[in-house]
Amino acid sequence: MHTLALRVFTEQLGRRVAGGVEDFGHAAMLLGESLFWLLLGRWWHQPVRLRAIVDEMMQVGVLAIPVVSILAFANGAMMAMQGIYTLRQFGAESQVVASVATAVTREFGVLIAGIIVAARSGSAIAARIGTMQMSQEIDALRVMGISPVRYLVAPMLVALTLMMPLLTVLSDSLAMVGAGLISMIELKISFGTFLQQVWLALTPGDIWQGLAKSLVFGVLIALIAASNGFNASLGAEGLGRATTRSVVLCISAIVVADMIFTFFLIL
Amino acid sequence: MATMGAAIEPTGDPVVDVRNLSATYTGRPVLEDVSLQVRQGEIMVIMGGSGSGKSTLLRCLLGLHRPRAGLVRLFGQDIGGLGTRQWAVLRKKMGVAFQGGALFNSMSVGENVCLPLREHTRLDHTTMRIMSRMKLEMVNLGGFEHLMPAQLSGGMLKRAALARALVMDPGLLFFDEPSAGLDTVVAADLDELILRIRNAMQISLVVVTHELESAFKIADRITVLDQGRILMTGSVAELRTSSIPRVQQLLTRTYEEQPLDTEAYLRRLTDIVD
Repeated sequence: MHTLALRVFTEQLGRRVAGGVEDFGHAAMLLGESLFWLLLGRWWHQPVRLRAIVDEMMQVGVLAIPVVSILAFANGAMMAMQGIYTLRQFGAESQVVASVATAVTREFGVLIAGIIVAARSGSAIAARIGTMQMSQEIDALRVMGISPVRYLVAPMLVALTLMMPLLTVLSDSLAMVGAGLISMIELKISFGTFLQQVWLALTPGDIWQGLAKSLVFGVLIALIAASNGFNASLGAEGLGRATTRSVVLCISAIVVADMIFTFFLIL
Repeated sequence: MATMGAAIEPTGDPVVDVRNLSATYTGRPVLEDVSLQVRQGEIMVIMGGSGSGKSTLLRCLLGLHRPRAGLVRLFGQDIGGLGTRQWAVLRKKMGVAFQGGALFNSMSVGENVCLPLREHTRLDHTTMRIMSRMKLEMVNLGGFEHLMPAQLSGGMLKRAALARALVMDPGLLFFDEPSAGLDTVVAADLDELILRIRNAMQISLVVVTHELESAFKIADRITVLDQGRILMTGSVAELRTSSIPRVQQLLTRTYEEQPLDTEAYLRRLTDIVD
């Protein structure tokens, strides 16, 4: 009985590891093929359409603005409140502006934007491609001589790579506004003084760090979501599982990538 | 009602040439040593019951499933050795109408029909619209180009899919289960439409179906598949007079209990137990 249990466990572990390697390989293939079509599509008379990119930018970026704004504002305000409460115990509450500004631009602005885009678009992309797979629309593209990667994935990849930095700038700005309002109330400073302190605290490196991360997050979300959509097993349950998996993997990948980035940029 | 079957005589080299094709699906063999040819202007119907391997055969012919062994030639080209660019060129000569239509739900019917033109030609917008309207008129869907796929009935979906498959004027058309899910009148209309299109455009058709009536009406020749193997290929008359018991069972819809392979049955039951 123990032998059977061990065998089943080993089989499941092996299958999961092999599945993970396969997923990674598939995502890498999607990236390679997308870059191929983006660079050489026009030469092959099969360009990645600008209209498709703009449509995707609308879906993944513009429509995410309200939710990114609200959450970034709330996050900035909360960070300021917590910072003031903690630093007040040491009589250093005036330092809260610098600490919030650095933390937001380096970490939390981009992380909030990334998690929201992963939750919104990570699920939507996987569900859309999975549904197209089930209704044979992907097969229809293939037999029409239209690469599904060129038609579906490349525009998404470009849109996410372009929109993530813009959403990050928005997220950073709204978080500062939230932190500024709390600072005005609690520290009795004007918004102008707050902005001046932010300006003094930040270096270009802080902003670039956040923006560089946002580019990587955009690529990760596009590839993971598309890969899960293409690999969705048939049926409503399979589609649901692929969608959930896509969101979980996108958010996990963002957080882990953020940690790796921070490790190499700070240490 | 008069049918237009066999109005033109199939000629020339085979447009589709399949030799000794074998294929597996998730490790299970589904096609074994299948060979068939479809000539220019011919309507070849691939028939068989559920699980007979006809869908896998179609996917192999479309290059959507890699066979384990054998050869598939379309327009004389071995599709196993084609690169991406050669495939793209070949696919412009083929049209495919899927069972459920496979129309893109985010596009209108007109946009769906225009899509291959938009992606593969440099025609201006007006010309593309005129061409797509011509094809929609051909399948009796004139005036419906503004509708979304979700607003179409089952028969209209299949006709719209047919219009999209025909918009590039292919030399070879694949049609998966044209009559499935349709009432008899709509199915009969679609059969007539298939014959009319073949005669008007002089194209070859590979039609996969399990509907006997439809197959007998449109086919020049029929290939009967059973458990992944070809039982016979022949004309409707040859099929009707066939002495092969399994073919007769399919034609008369007689049930025959399959003999139980006791060893295989026990192996299936016990394969995870040491």
